[in-house]
Amino acid sequence: MPFVPHTEDEVREMLATIGVDSVEDLFAEITRDMRPKSFDIPEGLSEMDVLSRLEGLAAKNATNSVSFLGAGFYDHYIPAAVDALTMRGEFYTAYTPYQPEASQGTLQAIFEYQTAVTRLLGMECANASVYDGGTALYEALMMAVRKTKRRKIVVSEALNPIYRVMLGSYTSNLDLEFVTVPHKDGLTDIEGLKAALDDSIAAVLVQNPNFFGSINDFTELFAAAKAVKAVSIVSAYPVLQTLLKTPGAMGADIAVAEGQSLGLPLSFGGPYLGIMTCTKGMIRQMPGRIVGRTTDTEGRTGYVLTLQAREQHIRRQKATSNICSNQSLCALRALVHMCALGELGLKRAARVSVERAHICAEKLTAIPGVTMLTKGAFGNEFAVTLPVNAFEAIAKLSERGYVPGFPLGRYFDGLENGLLVACTEKTSEEQIGIFAEMLRGALK
Amino acid sequence: MKTIFEKSVAGREGCWPCEGMAEEAYIPKELLRDGEIGLPSASELDVVRHFTRLSQRNYGVDGNFYPLGSCTMKYNPKFTEVVAAMPGFTRLHPVLPQLRGAGGLCQGALEVMYETESLLSEITGMAAFTLHPMAGAHGELTGVMLMAAYHKDRGNRKTKVIVPDSAHGTNPASAAIAGFEVVSVESKDGIVDPAALAEVLDDEVAGMMMTCPNTLGLFEKNLPEIVKMLRKVDALLYYDGANLNAIMGKMRVGDVGFDIVHLNLHKTFATPHGGGGPGSGPVGVSDKIVPFLPISRVAKREDGRYFLDYDQPKSIGYVAPFYGNFGVYLKAYAYILRLGGTGLTRATENAVLAANYMRKRLCDHFEVPFNRICMHEFVASAAAQAKKGVHALDFAKGLLDKGYHAPTVYFPLIVPEAIMIEPTETENKETLDQFCDDLIELAGLVDSNPEALTSAPVTLPVTRLDETKAARSMELTDDL
Repeated sequence: MPFVPHTEDEVREMLATIGVDSVEDLFAEITRDMRPKSFDIPEGLSEMDVLSRLEGLAAKNATNSVSFLGAGFYDHYIPAAVDALTMRGEFYTAYTPYQPEASQGTLQAIFEYQTAVTRLLGMECANASVYDGGTALYEALMMAVRKTKRRKIVVSEALNPIYRVMLGSYTSNLDLEFVTVPHKDGLTDIEGLKAALDDSIAAVLVQNPNFFGSINDFTELFAAAKAVKAVSIVSAYPVLQTLLKTPGAMGADIAVAEGQSLGLPLSFGGPYLGIMTCTKGMIRQMPGRIVGRTTDTEGRTGYVLTLQAREQHIRRQKATSNICSNQSLCALRALVHMCALGELGLKRAARVSVERAHICAEKLTAIPGVTMLTKGAFGNEFAVTLPVNAFEAIAKLSERGYVPGFPLGRYFDGLENGLLVACTEKTSEEQIGIFAEMLRGALK
Repeated sequence: MKTIFEKSVAGREGCWPCEGMAEEAYIPKELLRDGEIGLPSASELDVVRHFTRLSQRNYGVDGNFYPLGSCTMKYNPKFTEVVAAMPGFTRLHPVLPQLRGAGGLCQGALEVMYETESLLSEITGMAAFTLHPMAGAHGELTGVMLMAAYHKDRGNRKTKVIVPDSAHGTNPASAAIAGFEVVSVESKDGIVDPAALAEVLDDEVAGMMMTCPNTLGLFEKNLPEIVKMLRKVDALLYYDGANLNAIMGKMRVGDVGFDIVHLNLHKTFATPHGGGGPGSGPVGVSDKIVPFLPISRVAKREDGRYFLDYDQPKSIGYVAPFYGNFGVYLKAYAYILRLGGTGLTRATENAVLAANYMRKRLCDHFEVPFNRICMHEFVASAAAQAKKGVHALDFAKGLLDKGYHAPTVYFPLIVPEAIMIEPTETENKETLDQFCDDLIELAGLVDSNPEALTSAPVTLPVTRLDETKAARSMELTDDL
């Protein structure tokens, strides 16, 4: 039987030590009325047969397509060193670092991860990560609610709609109220957000670049929030954050991000990485694990899980969150990714991605009837308006192996012709050229 | 050991992701950041050495026995990693199936989801599963949200959730975060006492969260009675699947009347835990809860093609941006295919066998508060040794010196000086025997040389760490 080592003789010896006749005797308390009505699971397969079956399933996925899909989740290049290092069994098969002396590898890595993401976002503190960018945003919102003891939240409609629906689901049983400020032709309505602020507001939530790809400076908005003691929360895109003015420099209280673009494959939706950073003043409201540096009895530097008095295993129903673990291995991947590329490499990935997107935008808008929807500065993603329904254009092109982007009509009424297009450093100029020609043909 | 930031040398080049170094001319200057980021500048070999050294300062299942109670740290077979790394899965963008015409580009992945849900439903006896929750505690929160949605839909006014005193801390935390008041119920003789339950049970109770076997490793034999009591007030029964490894093939929680279940795939179905995650916490439900499951649901058309169904008017909505931690449940799926029904049952039998064997070997040397047949784990107590100044924590540290990860200590809270041991089915008899011999040897030191325990560990890169100082000084990044 796979993965069970005991021989029949050993089983007999163990049963004799326990003082029972058979293994079944160990389950006597599960009386007949509690036994399974069925357990119809197919017989086991050999390792070779499992692999061949899964290869067959993988082959049913058309992964040779060229994709311009982004919408918050990007296909950036991952250096081979990331897999090689993070797959080491000592990292991979470890558990939550409950015994710090035997977990210094995991703990120091988390400490370095905290350092890297605070520097990237220009913030003071970080936790060891949460599930994903969406849950990070929800946790940030709850931090603000606890801190301010207020129940109204101002949200920009230009924030990723996937995250906005998540926020709605999580808070449906809580006494909270959302004030959604509509986007203005794809732009974050900063004046509208400012106008919605008053001393009943717990937090203001924005995204940079916003869902339509447009880049903002929220310094004034965050100052206005501070004036009414509301918490400023921004969701950022980590790769572009190497170039852009940081949430910290804008005066954000909490900055969160989806960390997928830092060394994690798209993998059909997960596992991803929720990055959470904040100012020192907010740290005790922060959910989840946090690693701190300290010393051992000999005075040597070491690392431990810290500020645990906020956590569920100590505070039970009074904890800041129910989160028990973090996305440790994903955080490690993000850290190794940032280290392997380094300061310059990560900037290079961002700059080349931005350049490709601008080349792509130019080529697409040269097609008759295609116009820019995104206004002003954008990074590696932008929206265009097509002369036809975007869903239809996507269907036509994806049949031919080019997935043109994300249809804005899926979440925004009135933007049925809107197409959100993303490029990364992996998108070649040749692919952009073919894509533009195909779209031109499809629109004729 | 120096951090990677301390090892950084300005200007040293790492691994280039691509050729070219475009200008920043595309973005106006006022929107750009000032100065350096402060990420490391290191050669690829610098980075490889740094993280290899770091890994060597860690215990993992591949190198060390991990008898960590309630965590089910069984061996993680290597073939599942080959599956999760197949480019046919890793390269898939998650919005593909939501695009008209592109659903055909990911039929294999949708089939994996459909099949995994079906297998988990059959293993647990539930009507349906969602794979969306991204960890066990996330599954709990989803489960309690489902509880709330069910009652809201029926017009029930329910404000309370009952949690036994032996529960994981995540249970009360999840209930509270979903907006419920938490009511504790005391155990009697190690298990939930129907009489004590009757005292706190009323019409305002939305449900009860149970772990079975519970955190003492004991089977909750009053389950049928508890189910009946809850039904009477239309309260739902929630199963915390942390301990499912003890009952696969022996009991299905759906058959005995649980309405909502979360599983920890990284525990029962052997997917590595990566030092704290990612996990995967699918939630299974009985028929009456199905309409409330999160959006979207994977479904199969008559022509055999799979699609995502977003038309779920009673759904609690999105708990994840997409379909959960696909890469993690893919491994669990491969593991279930490999073991099959017989293999899963055999896993359970051997996990329970190993736990009882160790309990028997250790019970003359440590107090075992409920020294009867246990399930896949048991709780010993160092209360007697603590009177002589050697505590559960000292045994934990002593075991680290012997090359083992320590058992769970000081949990469950209802046993003083608790040492909770879970060997799992994958450890051979030599390992179990050697661990018992070593722990018994440590118990012998309590009288002869207690300092050897209270000053442990001495063989690891660091000795005991000052946790109070860490909380006080709050050095949380390398920037001080």
